[in-house]
Amino acid sequence: MLAPSLVALAIVAVMIGPYALTPGQTLASLVGQGDPQVAIVVWNIRVPRVAAALLVGGALAAAGASYQALFRNPLVSPDILGVSAGAGLGAVAGIFLSLPVAAIQFSAFVGGMAAVGFVMLVASAVRNTDRTLTLVLIGVVIGALAGAATSLLKVMADPYDQLPAITFWLLGSLAAITTEDILPALPMVLVGLVPLTLLRWRINVLSLGDEEARPLGIEAGRTRFLVMSAATLITASVTALAGVVGWVGLVIPHIARMLVGLDFGRVLPASVSIGAGYLLIVDTLARTMAQIEVPLGILTAVIGAPFFVWLLPHGRRGWS
Amino acid sequence: MLEARDLAIGYGRYQVGEGLNLAVRPGDILCLLGPNGCGKTTLFRTLLGLLPALAGGVYLGGTPITSKRRAEIARRIAYVPRAHAPPFPFEALEVVLMGRTARLGAFAQSGRPDREAARKAMDRLGIGDLADRGYSRLSGGQRQLVLIARALAQDTPLIVMNEPTASLDFGNQAQMLAQIGTLVRDASVGERGVILSTHDPDQAFALNARVLLMHDGGVWTDGFASDVLTDGNLSRVYGIPVTVETTGSGRRVCLPSLTGQSTPTITSAALTTA
Repeated sequence: MLAPSLVALAIVAVMIGPYALTPGQTLASLVGQGDPQVAIVVWNIRVPRVAAALLVGGALAAAGASYQALFRNPLVSPDILGVSAGAGLGAVAGIFLSLPVAAIQFSAFVGGMAAVGFVMLVASAVRNTDRTLTLVLIGVVIGALAGAATSLLKVMADPYDQLPAITFWLLGSLAAITTEDILPALPMVLVGLVPLTLLRWRINVLSLGDEEARPLGIEAGRTRFLVMSAATLITASVTALAGVVGWVGLVIPHIARMLVGLDFGRVLPASVSIGAGYLLIVDTLARTMAQIEVPLGILTAVIGAPFFVWLLPHGRRGWS
Repeated sequence: MLEARDLAIGYGRYQVGEGLNLAVRPGDILCLLGPNGCGKTTLFRTLLGLLPALAGGVYLGGTPITSKRRAEIARRIAYVPRAHAPPFPFEALEVVLMGRTARLGAFAQSGRPDREAARKAMDRLGIGDLADRGYSRLSGGQRQLVLIARALAQDTPLIVMNEPTASLDFGNQAQMLAQIGTLVRDASVGERGVILSTHDPDQAFALNARVLLMHDGGVWTDGFASDVLTDGNLSRVYGIPVTVETTGSGRRVCLPSLTGQSTPTITSAALTTA
């Protein structure tokens, strides 16, 4: 049921924009026929943007669902281990050094992965029985450090040229996205989804906590590391593509659990579809609701935050 | 089958107990008795390989448990934790199904035979009607039964139970003991070994179990309940006068003296390690 509505949603999103298209024009262009001018709008501007929104939304929701199950905490979002802060620092450094767009994406990805790698490294050195808490605490610390470095770069950046670009990136945006931007992120997300899909049963068991999962036959540390790496790869890839888009990975898995129950084998595909559809709607609003492009992060927060407040008393079905 | 040899248990530099020896085979019931904080839970965690032994070793089928993979251990020992408040409101059947994990391939989902095994385990304990109920909405006693059903679905020759009767009412405690008694000699799957901890020495009598009476992290004494659970041993270990009496029907019961208690037996150390 979710997949056909997602396709319909995507086609509608392709039609909407400053250069409005009719359904006939859109469909003709999508199958490779019709007006060449329409084809340019569809294939060069709208389709990459719609595809990016679907990819980023689905990916963030998948990563969020995984982290929430892993950390047994509904308030966990994909950036819990400092991915966003690290990726932010990487991108800001790239913009600061006036690197080309592809290099900025790459440095964002490296920054995100490096932050999480560092968190895991420090956590493995800390002897503590509660590994999960240790990871989260160190994630907060590394995130704060990366945030401080980002702020320093913002102060030092050229206020007319670089600072707006930095601000816009940190708020998340899919403006001016091209097919070439999406292509490096897509395989990374798919590679990350493979272990999440394969380990879906074990992720259920892990959500009972290590102390119970291990006697049930799970190598908890190893499995946790694998799932965490996959979710981080996904988050870092799409953060490098779209900037810091908050709230999607936090809120969407809640909706998914309310709809399909708790089995991760069902929560994962539901999160991916709902997250993809949600971000597509939000991004379509972002590019059409005002004369200027509204940063995605602002919209997802404005929609996500009140929804989350509503969820706290009402959404108990999805969580204990 | 499961053996501990000259085992020292604890956390890092903090030693909880030492000099522990025990052996459990299918058909055995081993009952761990001892006051709060004497190291029962720490011993369980070490026996299951969740906590490294500080000295000595735990052997499963003759080989050190530390050399075995978790799935291998889980096919031979099932663990029943104390009924807890779960972080996720899984359905009861889903919780029981998780007992099948060690029987599944690394990337497999539970299938129809697993569901059948899970349902059978629930029916076996008379809780088949709870299958579709949310685990978090069950009472403490029902949760405990679900966790035991999970151990049965795990289908192991040994089951370790941490205070299985702690959250049960008077009637359910008796039923639970009867269940444990029949689990050990289950004609359909052969014999099982059970290790359980409890705070009620009467249960050791009722199960006619072997008893490991623990005190200050060591074994005070061990042997069959009728030999070991004497006035002297119980009084010494629990720190209050206890008399063991035989009822008219021949059952033995332990009666603690409620008068003349000198010092409270719950210490802060007991509360932190409990």
